[in-house]
Amino acid sequence: MRKLTCGAGIALALALAPAYAQKSIYADYQRMTAENAPTELYELAGEELWKKKQGPKNASLESCDLGQGPGVLKGAYAALPRYFADAGRVMDLETRLLHCMMTLQGRSREEATKRVFGNADRASEFEALSAYVARESNGMKIAAGRSHPKEQESYELGRELFYHRAGPWDFSCASCHGEEGKRIRMSDLPKLDDPKYVRPLMATWPAYRVSTSKIVTLQWRMNDCYRQMRMPEPAFGSDVTVALIHFMTVTSEGETYRGPAIKR
Amino acid sequence: MKRIPMLTAAALLAACASGPTDERPRVSDAEIDRVTAVLKRDFHARGQATMNRVDLDAVQRACNLYNDNPPAELAKRLEEAQLKAIPFPSGSLVGDWKRGERIAQSGRGSMWSDKPGVQEGGSCYNCHQLSPKVEAYGTIGPSLAGYGKIRGASPEMQKYTYGRIYNSKAYSLCTQMPRLGHAGTLNAQQIKDLVGLLLDPASPVNQ
Ligand code: HEC
Ligand code: HEC
Repeated sequence: MRKLTCGAGIALALALAPAYAQKSIYADYQRMTAENAPTELYELAGEELWKKKQGPKNASLESCDLGQGPGVLKGAYAALPRYFADAGRVMDLETRLLHCMMTLQGRSREEATKRVFGNADRASEFEALSAYVARESNGMKIAAGRSHPKEQESYELGRELFYHRAGPWDFSCASCHGEEGKRIRMSDLPKLDDPKYVRPLMATWPAYRVSTSKIVTLQWRMNDCYRQMRMPEPAFGSDVTVALIHFMTVTSEGETYRGPAIKR
Repeated sequence: MKRIPMLTAAALLAACASGPTDERPRVSDAEIDRVTAVLKRDFHARGQATMNRVDLDAVQRACNLYNDNPPAELAKRLEEAQLKAIPFPSGSLVGDWKRGERIAQSGRGSMWSDKPGVQEGGSCYNCHQLSPKVEAYGTIGPSLAGYGKIRGASPEMQKYTYGRIYNSKAYSLCTQMPRLGHAGTLNAQQIKDLVGLLLDPASPVNQ
């Protein structure tokens, strides 16, 4: 039960609701997460990539500033997304990693984003790096930036986007994530503008996704939900994707980060 | 920015104990246009998902503007316009329920990952219970099990059901059900086959 952390009462109520009957498998995944997550492999691959000299400047990412100072990983993920003065915009982890690849390693956006989402055989650079960086925030409180005017702006844009219906099927995020207890086919749909549901979920990205045997990140999730919405494709690291992630992360403020984790 | 209430912080701290973060924001026409402009800047066409999909029509604009709850008069006017634009075929609208069942099961269609014209589906089971035998169904829409058995298959029911699938917004302006014919996902024959699935007494929906 992924909603466990919000109180045994909720968990119990959901466990007893017939619509959630098929969800008991979550308990297994939750236990697996606690024990030996396959995310460790990705974390190791990410560490290697972090230290690997690459690009025209033949540099590693080791001096990348993720918000806590150059090269500081501890707690960096839990404080993202946040505003970065050197880039003049709010960035989530993946967007910041891309920024460092371009500035420190001298790589072009085009080259660095050629393969942003991997597959079951091979994770993308961003997926492995995300797992590595996120691990260093395990056990820390989620606290995305929200004091800078650009951070307020990003949060608000994310909130507006969440309810904005568009595309040939007239969907907004809220079409699928706006009501409690709904399913699409057999997938439970979390109500993502509600702290009760979004907190435990934001606390566990990036994650190893059992149903597709691969590690996935929030940039991938935004991309895939827009695909299901029948919309065109959002650019990797664009303000739209960052703003939505920012909106959901601010809504999860104060939750203890406990990823990288396992999801169905 | 101005619309972030001071209450937000307190609401966030209340966390699990409370409901949603904020009330859903009321947006103005100008804010809707600003969001559209941001989408135009940040998105790109991929496969069949071209950039004109970001543009809003009058229905989407009204639903965004009024949080899916537009004033009755406006809703009525827009619903009537949607209804008038449905090209109802003549004759019986009840197609082949067997083909309809396949279309209802498929969640493909109109995505950038789909080839146009191949394997299009209506995603009906994603949101509705239909045949009681099929256990994998979603709950965003009401159960349609027994639909034809309960309501019959009169010409009026055929027309209503065809219209509902072609353009659900003609009946309930801000429903979450997509306008599957209007959007170009399903063609007339496919919609007739789905009407068959819902109305044919032999269809598993009505067993
Ligand atoms: C057509 C339906 C649909 C729409 C619209 C949609 N999603 Fe999703 N979303 C899903 C499904 C299905 C899942 C997967 C649930 C699962 O894995 O069990 C999902 C999962 C998610 C998750 C992961 C939750 C977790 O397990 O941690 C997030 C976050 C999310 N969506 C955000 C969004 C956002 C933001 C939007 C709008 C840009 C959006 N979704 C629009 C169907 C949708
Ligand atoms: C994303 C969700 C969604 C999808 C996909 C969807 N529907 Fe619906 N449908 C709804 C909702 C919600 C309603 C409730 C009525 C309303 O909102 O006006 C509805 C209503 C209906 C009704 C009218 C029911 C009544 O009592 O009069 C019919 C018929 C129907 N849907 C058939 C279909 C068929 C057939 C498909 C597939 C081609 C389909 N729907 C796909 C959400 C959906």
